[in-house]
Amino acid sequence: MSLGLRVQHVDPFVVLGIAGDLEMSSAPAFRQAVIEALADGDRHLIVDFGGTDFIDSTGLGALIGGLKRVRALEGSLQIVCPQPRLQELFTLTDLHKVFALHESVDDVVEAGLPHEVSS
Amino acid sequence: MTGLGSNQSGPDTETVRLEIPARPEFLGLVRTVVAAAANIEADFRDDRVEDLRLAVSEATTNAIEAHQLIGLDNRISVKAIVSDERIEVVVRDQGKGFDPENLDIMPDPEDPQRLFFENGLGISLMRQLADESDISTGDDGTTVRLVIYTRSYL
Repeated sequence: MSLGLRVQHVDPFVVLGIAGDLEMSSAPAFRQAVIEALADGDRHLIVDFGGTDFIDSTGLGALIGGLKRVRALEGSLQIVCPQPRLQELFTLTDLHKVFALHESVDDVVEAGLPHEVSS
Repeated sequence: MTGLGSNQSGPDTETVRLEIPARPEFLGLVRTVVAAAANIEADFRDDRVEDLRLAVSEATTNAIEAHQLIGLDNRISVKAIVSDERIEVVVRDQGKGFDPENLDIMPDPEDPQRLFFENGLGISLMRQLADESDISTGDDGTTVRLVIYTRSYL
């Protein structure tokens, strides 16, 4: 299954919009998108799952990998996940304690950079 | 080619079989078939079908990885047995198996070390999502059995 990926800049953030399923077949494309964003100099990522139907543990693993890369460069990675079903997956795996989940990209942009990295 | 078959395996059950190449592109197909099989019985709640879809996807991902790990070309078999009270899905691979007692212990989410564990969530998810789950694994492969029950049964 191919991954629909839309990259959009909303200063100071880059938004990676994910359409389709984030799992074993599409995780490599997602990893690559994170690597490219960081290589382009972007540091503050928003991963938008608003158009995503399905995420599994391989997809979550790719997300953790992304967070690791971002933190190594003192950046941030925030998640937009309006679907209760997908929010539940983060809760089931305890990853809601690792990732900040938001209802919309606008919410994240309005709030600005997270405190720990805004200085 | 993907093998797909259906047959009556008892008076009150229907069995759907699917064989897929050990490649991630086929995961979506497995999810679709399993959800469609569950929907033969209208009494499964939608969120339970979603639970099953995710659990089966996890089991099939592990099966694909097990074949890829040893360069095995054989197919992975997925069987769904549907009745009016439950659906059972059996995912079978021919990989080298693993020790279920020896899985990595995941650090606490707040522990910075947690970020070094990108894998290992799948099996605990399967156990959480299914009403019944069991894994039998050995040198000749791994079989995962996942069951969810209908609303009327629970």
